[in-house]
Amino acid sequence: MAEKKKKFMQGNEACSEGAIYAGCRFYAGYPITPSTEIAETLSVRLPKFGGVFMQMEDEIASICAIVGASLGGAKSLTATSGPGFSLMQEGIGFACITEVPCVIVNVMRSGPSTGFPTGPSQSDVMQAKWGTHGDHPAIALTPASVQEIMYETIRAFNLSELYRTPVIILYDEIIGHMREAIALPEPDEIEVVERKKPSCKPEEYKPYASNNGDIAPLAVYGEGYRFHVTGLYHAEDGFPTNNTKLIGEANERIVNKVNKNIDKICINEEFYLDDAEIGVVAYGVSSKSAKFAVKEMRKKGIKAGLLRPKTIWPFPYKAVNKLAKQVKAILVPEMNLGQVYYEVERASRGQCEVKGIFKVDTEAIHPKKIMEEIEKFT
Amino acid sequence: METAATPKKTKKAKQTPFDYSKYIRGGKLPHIWCPGCGHGIVLKSLLRAIDTTGRSNNDFALVSGIGCSSRTPGYVDFNTLHTLHGRALAYATGLKMAKPNLKVIVTTGDGDALAIGGNHFIHTCRRNIDMVIMVYNNYIYGMTSGQFSPTTAQGMIATTSRYGNIESPFDVCKMAEASGATFVARGTAYHYGELEKILYEAIMHKGTAVIDIIDSCPTYYGRFNKFKTPSEMMEKIEKEGTIPLKQAAGLPPEKLQGKLIRGIIYKKERPEYTSEYAKLVEKAGGKSK
Ligand SMILES: Cc1ncc(C[n+]2csc(CCOP(=O)(O)OP(=O)(O)O)c2C)c(N)n1
Ligand code: SF4
Repeated sequence: MAEKKKKFMQGNEACSEGAIYAGCRFYAGYPITPSTEIAETLSVRLPKFGGVFMQMEDEIASICAIVGASLGGAKSLTATSGPGFSLMQEGIGFACITEVPCVIVNVMRSGPSTGFPTGPSQSDVMQAKWGTHGDHPAIALTPASVQEIMYETIRAFNLSELYRTPVIILYDEIIGHMREAIALPEPDEIEVVERKKPSCKPEEYKPYASNNGDIAPLAVYGEGYRFHVTGLYHAEDGFPTNNTKLIGEANERIVNKVNKNIDKICINEEFYLDDAEIGVVAYGVSSKSAKFAVKEMRKKGIKAGLLRPKTIWPFPYKAVNKLAKQVKAILVPEMNLGQVYYEVERASRGQCEVKGIFKVDTEAIHPKKIMEEIEKFT
Repeated sequence: METAATPKKTKKAKQTPFDYSKYIRGGKLPHIWCPGCGHGIVLKSLLRAIDTTGRSNNDFALVSGIGCSSRTPGYVDFNTLHTLHGRALAYATGLKMAKPNLKVIVTTGDGDALAIGGNHFIHTCRRNIDMVIMVYNNYIYGMTSGQFSPTTAQGMIATTSRYGNIESPFDVCKMAEASGATFVARGTAYHYGELEKILYEAIMHKGTAVIDIIDSCPTYYGRFNKFKTPSEMMEKIEKEGTIPLKQAAGLPPEKLQGKLIRGIIYKKERPEYTSEYAKLVEKAGGKSK
């Protein structure tokens, strides 16, 4: 890795480069701080690859346009921040029920409403899971560095194609605007998942066949498979149904296709966990402070360890539960008033104490604060 | 302003034998539309217009929002996409950019296109992206049981304007032209032959083509506003309430009071979005699709 070509770039630029590496060829978005650099970068980069960049009239149009483009066969991306993410929610639900791959980046900022628009936060974690109405699958990734933004953007596209579902990338203003020297992957160095296309005859094609649990391939419009896509509940052939049995099964299937694959989708970084007596569960920018705090504690001989989910949805319940069995307490630092904290509490099932370290003044959580809290349990 | 004449006078009730089975999806009928609803007539004109182009079903995508009119794509054998209320044009735009060779036709209602979707409507026209936008204008929200819409005339009754509507209606054609559409026309379900020709011209046009299609919802608009039968309603609103462009040209304004002009009202050549985008790609040194 060390000998690799390195480039100094910002988190938002790394996201754009990751998208291009993953084969993204369509971007639609509406400017909003702190995500705008993704649009600006891609407006220059995408045309060079024959890709499309469109500045839409709003975020609603953006999410709809990327789903339309995805049905036209283009891997598609949009990027936004809190207010725009709220506007996109209905469209995200449409992508869930119609099972159209697409990637949505939310560079989190302070809220609600306009809040403090240039201030970072981690307060859209629950919106990423429950923002759209109805029961639906959710995959959300939480990279914690500029380099990781690039890798996780590639992974987001891969997961989206693999599971035919929208994937959300959540990071905050700090990492979005942070500059780091990062290694650019060589072509073919990282796996890029291409969309599975149908091989059957067009008249036999069923875009929502359950295929014994496998996800049906998605045909591209205009390539001879004249299929129907609707946000109404539909049967395997894609046409609306009011058969309650089929409706129930379809809803369960779209949720279960993600839940059944939690072990493949969830990736965690473990840092000094083997013998840890006090655990920290942290993601995104707060995990940077947490890692520093754990290192400092170890220097003092205090057995602290960090579990860092790179996938926040589906939530790594198993890994947290295992940690809860092992440690006296789990600390959850996050830049909100308690979101992942409650998931950790749920996963821990009362096996250890769970304590949140919350902050919403738009400043990052200082490692010192985490160290103080760790020391309280020694 | 450049204008073009109304398409050649159609022989009334031109009924050449026509095989709809090439376009209607097997097993997807009956449709949801009420007896007497104008939406089915509009669909007939559309299918005949598509047929005249001689192009394969594979070359067309039908995209819609939500509403009775937006149910159209589900019944016909093209690449079809039934989306969210008001958002059809945004989905259609993404699809068109990913597959520029597809002829994209949007079937939308007056509520879908102009209320919740009004912003997308004006911006789509502004871009002049190659697309046909068929506004099934029945002056009401049919799907949700008859609330007034942005095209409901003042004084008319709907479930949310029981004392008579006090809002001013949009003129779909004026709005489309002002927003930048390069083909603007009006037709009616009553004049289905003429509508077929207009739709054919719209499909052949390169750019955003908007057709304001005066259509009827007997179930709600008709009943609330005391039209006795669906056919009486069509005659009053669509036949007596409209006048062909050519005929209108010679008449004084008093004679045009209360009449909507039918035909191709406005047509202009202006750079089209997908072609402009292809040039941009070239400029950036990329390879176009
Ligand atoms: C976001 C959202 N708001 C409201 C609705 C409810 N709704 C469904 S169709 C419709 C109006 C349809 O009217 P129009 O577009 O004129 O079509 P028509 O049914 O008359 O053909 C409304 C308000 C919805 N589906 N989604
Ligand atoms: S409610 Fe009105 S618009 Fe809807 S199908 Fe019935 S007649 Fe047509």
